[in-house]
Amino acid sequence: MSKTTGRKTYTRANKPLVWFPFAGGGLVAALMLPVMIFVTGIAVPLGLIDAEALSYDRVYAFAANPLGKIILFGVLVLPLWHAAHRFRMTIQDLGARTSGSRSVVAALCYGFGMVFTLLCLAALLSFW
Amino acid sequence: MSRKPYEPTLPNTWWLEKPFYIRYMLREMTSFFVGAYVAILIVGLWQLSQGPDAWGSFLGVLSHPLSVIFHVLAFVFATFHTVTWFALTPRTTPIMRGDHFVPPGPIIGAQYVIWAAASIVVLAAVLW
Amino acid sequence: MSDTTTFTLEVLRYNPESDDVPHAESFSVPYQEDWVVLDALNWVKDNVDGSLTFRWSCHMAVCGSCGMMVNNEPVLSCKAFLRDYLKDGKGTITVGALKNFPVEKDLVIVMDSFMEKLEAVKPWIIRTTEKPVEEGTFIQLPKQLKRFKHHTSCINCLLCYAACPQVGLNPGFIGPAALALAHRYNLDSRDQGKDLRKDVTASEYGVWECTFVSACSEVCPKDVEPAGAIQEQKIESSIDWALDHLIPGRKAR
Repeated sequence: MSKTTGRKTYTRANKPLVWFPFAGGGLVAALMLPVMIFVTGIAVPLGLIDAEALSYDRVYAFAANPLGKIILFGVLVLPLWHAAHRFRMTIQDLGARTSGSRSVVAALCYGFGMVFTLLCLAALLSFW
Repeated sequence: MSRKPYEPTLPNTWWLEKPFYIRYMLREMTSFFVGAYVAILIVGLWQLSQGPDAWGSFLGVLSHPLSVIFHVLAFVFATFHTVTWFALTPRTTPIMRGDHFVPPGPIIGAQYVIWAAASIVVLAAVLW
Repeated sequence: MSDTTTFTLEVLRYNPESDDVPHAESFSVPYQEDWVVLDALNWVKDNVDGSLTFRWSCHMAVCGSCGMMVNNEPVLSCKAFLRDYLKDGKGTITVGALKNFPVEKDLVIVMDSFMEKLEAVKPWIIRTTEKPVEEGTFIQLPKQLKRFKHHTSCINCLLCYAACPQVGLNPGFIGPAALALAHRYNLDSRDQGKDLRKDVTASEYGVWECTFVSACSEVCPKDVEPAGAIQEQKIESSIDWALDHLIPGRKAR
């Protein structure tokens, strides 16, 4: 599975592990986030949509439903990993060049993804 | 005669050199808003699991003017992500029909139709 | 050449025998409406300074030798008309060696790293089983050719490497032209070498370094569209990786 040419040895990388969530999350974010941000961050706080829309009972009922849990997990965690990977590459673009600094950036970005994935799971699994 | 090539290094400000690169960097920076927004929602989900009072205080934070300003910005960047993501799809997944490639227009248009439908479904579910 | 207007050609020069860094040198050059930047450089070399060093050959956008930065954009200097950069034949045009490459002298870059990368992706048709001559030629349908034809037009001019920030930030990155050529052969219905190439194209120096800046496709004088070719390979290599990890024994083939 590895190829040596001239001076360099090439081996297939495990990058798809982060690239798949990046691509899938990018699609989910593109389709879902604008309307979600509009509802939760703008319309309800400003009263454009009745506050009842995000009342505890309604949201709890949705999140307690197994199908609701799957939807929430997909809509939150995929864009989370999309963002974690893209932000990591952006910091590299902005100047993280040494392998040491890149490792730190990767650990922080994917660590962020891991922490919030676990928090999301903990929240979703804590009530039914 | 021995060689002595000049070895240039790309400055970290490379992306400020051309509007084309600045636009790319804006696209990549959408990841900050995507990541921050889903992280906020995951915290909200955790608050939801902690009961009505915790959920209420989360909604209170969302109503803070700074939060609304953040979400307006996040909405703009998320929409920019959507537009740029859709625009690149015909190049990441070119489709052939018979002897020819499907032109970009219909592929991009189809994504906008799906985007509109998804947004309407979310809004309908919220307003129901 | 009486009563011709002149313009300023500012060339970023580097002499390895005397310089540590490149420096700008300005030449006053007569303006001709049908001249390209390469003509202006040749005028300087013939009339002012014979030591001015640059590569060129065909003067018709086929050989890929005369790529350089003109007003900080990577272009073929044989395709860069003076009239597109000047107003009424007056003004300044800056010329420098292609970005992201070591500079040998003046406008000549060292392209050894590219040659290694190009060779690494095996840009030729690979057969695991040779077909005897008596069995005739390989048949390729128009739609099979159409699928990759735009990727075949590469002239190795390296404008895409000069435009790509990831090439500048990651010196090991295989880069746009070589990855596009790998894709071109992977897609060829006569080829059987895809798996061999993937060891290189799906390595950490391969397609994953690309962040779809897409500047490569913007500057390509032949519409090769390397950026799209790389994204397609990311998708295919990802699926390949997933199948390798899901199906026992698949990886060992």
